Formats: sequence, C-alpha cells, structure tokens
Amino acid sequence: MKSVAVIGASLAGLYAARALRAQGFDGRLVIVGEEHHRPYDRPPLSKAFLTGATADQGQLALADAEEIAELDAEWLLGTRATGLDTQERAVLLDGGRSLTTDGVVIATGATPRRLPGPAPAGTHTLRTLEDAQALRAELTRGPVRVVVIGGGFIGAEVASSCAALGHDVTVVEAAARPLVPQLGDTMAGICAALHADHGVTLLTGTGVARLHDGGAGHRVTAVELADGRLLPADVVVIGIGVRPHTAWLEGSGLPLDDGVCCDAGGVTPQPHIVAVGDVARADGTRAEHWTSATEQAAVAVRNLLAGRTVATHRSLPYFWSDQYGVRIQFAGRRLPTDIPRIVEGSPDDRSFLACYERDGRTTAVLALNRPRPFMRLRRELARAAQPVTT
Amino acid sequence: MIPVCPLADLPTGESVRIDTAPPIAVFHTDGQLYAIDDTCTHQDASLSDGWLEGCLVECPLHAASFDLRTGAATCLPARRAVRTHPVTVEDGMIYVHHHAAEEGTAA
Repeated sequence: MKSVAVIGASLAGLYAARALRAQGFDGRLVIVGEEHHRPYDRPPLSKAFLTGATADQGQLALADAEEIAELDAEWLLGTRATGLDTQERAVLLDGGRSLTTDGVVIATGATPRRLPGPAPAGTHTLRTLEDAQALRAELTRGPVRVVVIGGGFIGAEVASSCAALGHDVTVVEAAARPLVPQLGDTMAGICAALHADHGVTLLTGTGVARLHDGGAGHRVTAVELADGRLLPADVVVIGIGVRPHTAWLEGSGLPLDDGVCCDAGGVTPQPHIVAVGDVARADGTRAEHWTSATEQAAVAVRNLLAGRTVATHRSLPYFWSDQYGVRIQFAGRRLPTDIPRIVEGSPDDRSFLACYERDGRTTAVLALNRPRPFMRLRRELARAAQPVTT
Repeated sequence: MIPVCPLADLPTGESVRIDTAPPIAVFHTDGQLYAIDDTCTHQDASLSDGWLEGCLVECPLHAASFDLRTGAATCLPARRAVRTHPVTVEDGMIYVHHHAAEEGTAA
C-alpha cells in the first residue's frame, strides 16, 4: 500500500494517521478535513471552553507542531470529500478535485441533528469549534434565558455550563427522563436531579412543536412545546443527537445504515476501505465515544495494512461526562434488565459507585465523583471481558 | 517546604493530593515517594486518583500515563510532562519541596 487517505481530520482520523505511522506505513498520507483546523479535542467545547475556563483554542489541539511534522502527512483542510469511487480508488473532493489512493480511512464523524423548519438567529448546535465560539459569544453578553432542547450528555453539559455562567436555564427532554437508554431508569433519575441542584429547570415528557421568532430573519423569542407551553428564550441550544456523516458516500456502493457498515475490525466489504469513530457502524454497533474512536483507529489501520481483518476492536465501552462539578463515568455493557446496586457512597451526596448486575455478575459500573474505585472496577471489567489471547 | 502527612498515613500504593496552586500529588510506591503536579496535562483530571503501577500513574479519565520519576508523559492522550517535586521525610513526616515560584528550574 503506497498511499492512504484519511477522510476526516478528527480525533479518530488523527489516531488513524498516528497508527499508520506507528505501524510502519511510510507511504503517502493525505488527511482531508472539512474544517479549517487541525484535529482538536471536542469534549471541552461544551464544558471548559464554553465557560471560558479554557479560552485558548490552542489548548484544544490534539497534536503539537512536532508531532504534525513527524506524521509527515499532506493536510487538505477546509476541503470536503464529496464522493468515493471504489472502482478507480479515488476520493472526490469539492472543487472538482479528486485524490487517487490505495487505502481509505473513513473518519467523517457525525453532524448534529436539527429541528425541522427554519433555525432563527440565536439557535445553536454544538459540535465544532465554530459552534462553541458562536454560542460562547452569545453567553458572554450578560444574563440570558437559555432553553436547551435535549437532556442527553451534550444538553446536560451545556446546561451546566450556562448555569455556571449565571444564565437562566431550562432543559427540555422529550422522554420521560433523560439518559435512560445509557444509564437505566434509577441511575438516570439520580443524574437528572443534578439539574435541580443547580437551579436548572428540567421539563420532561414533552417534545418541541416549533421555535418562535420576532419575524422573518429575527432572533428566536420562545420555544413552543408540543403540549402548548411557551418558554421564552433568548438563546436555544439543540442537543438532540447526531447523524453519522455519510451523505458523501451515497452511490459509492459501500453499505450504509446509520453509519458505514463494517466488521468488528472496522473493515468494509472493500478491504482497502475502513471506517472509524462516530461514522462507523462496526459489527452492528455505532459508538459515539471518545475512547472507542481512539481505540478503533489502531485496529482498523492494522487491518487496512494487512489487507484483511486480522484484529477486532472489543474493548469495554467507556464514557464520561462533567456536569455541575460532578464527574460521571460509565463503563461496561449493560442490558436494560441489569440491576444497579450502589456499592460505595450515596446518591444524596452526588458521590457514589454503582455496579450493574446480571445473575450475580457485574456487567457495568457507574460512578459520580468516585474516579479511583471506578477506575479499579473498569479495569477488572475490561480484564474479564477480554480473554487473554496470544 | 510543605508538610504533607505522616509517612505512616500513606501506605505503599496510596497517594494523596495537596491543595497547593497548582495542586500536587504525592505517591508512595515500593518504598519510594514521588511528588508530581496533580493535574493531567491532557484534560482536567486528578492524577492522585489515578492507577498506580510501578513508577507509572494512569490518569483516571482517559488513561494517559506519566512516569513518576521524570514526570514524562509515557502514553497518549497526554503529550506534555507534569512537573516533579522533591520529597523528603523528616521525623516521620512527608514534605514536598514546592517549585511553583521557580518554574523552569524545577527538577
């Protein structure tokens, strides 16, 4: 393999590029990124970056100048991939250009879902650095009424950051309770209580009917809920999940189904094309987690260079969230029927460790502000989940 | 020189965080004491909560790893080293010699 193109200058894309070089690939390496930035870390965008604690965007960079030099890659930033010609082994780029390459790493990530209808000024999604900068600019002009649509991790983190900045915040969640799919009903309830602890209103069980503005092209003025309630709003943040960015792959022949379908090693039916990160539906599962994006990359690259699947990514799912000064960490594979049991601390103190159990066995672990025992259990779970192979 | 705690209160394999600015983590590994800046250089997490293995500590948030002897980051996602600080024991009390005012000259 003489040339590899990484499509997506993201966390997963950078880790794939690193893995290519670390695994001995010394050919032409091209990294195509739609954004104008070199890869940066997104988790702080809804937290430290939004509150201004991390004001310098340079602190978000995932690679320093020295590493960029070592990678010896050609960077095509501000460039959008528009198609993939698997016959000609070419990536089509905007502006009519194309890039012929032996191997392709698809790392195009995901884009936020939006509400149907127009988005008046003052409505935001949060995915990119520009998104965060635009939202931060609105939040530094003095106290405003913020409505966050969606009570998932992004929504909760944004609400927490807005509350810390002194804004009046309401979170609207369509489900009866946010985070139930991730944490189960009991634990999700404990996490949802964090909002009230900090004066943030959580409205659940109702969707959003539409956004009101002061006339065409004017700013948002209110959020109308499906039950008719009207929430006055100066700023609206929409955090209702993401859609994997696969539009450019339509017609490529690659199987697409809420992501690029690939095997557990990230390999698509075309062995010279692999997918990693949020865009990859690996073995039927699509993860949107920081850690799996980094881990998948090394595995997929190994398979890409081998020309077939020689390794699979099976590590324990892990994610974390920081809200209202509480660090939430979760690891494992839980089923809705698994029973959480608090083994240390207390929900009342917003500091505890809980194990999810199935048939007397721990399947997953959740911690609020208990990083040390969490880490110990996470390691034990990972060891148990991964039989030693040679 | 900052008093940390009696040596007897910090058994092997344990760590303690002291609220200096920036905070410092003191580790007791196999008869050795080490002190490093407590905050992971990748993202805000306390290394005193980390996983201790030999002379390495793994960050509890993203598994970055640091060498307690040199402060060097030995594993991504951290790239920058943490500062190390000399530790002594006098009359059974652990002390850290803080270099905050002399950044750049610290060990």
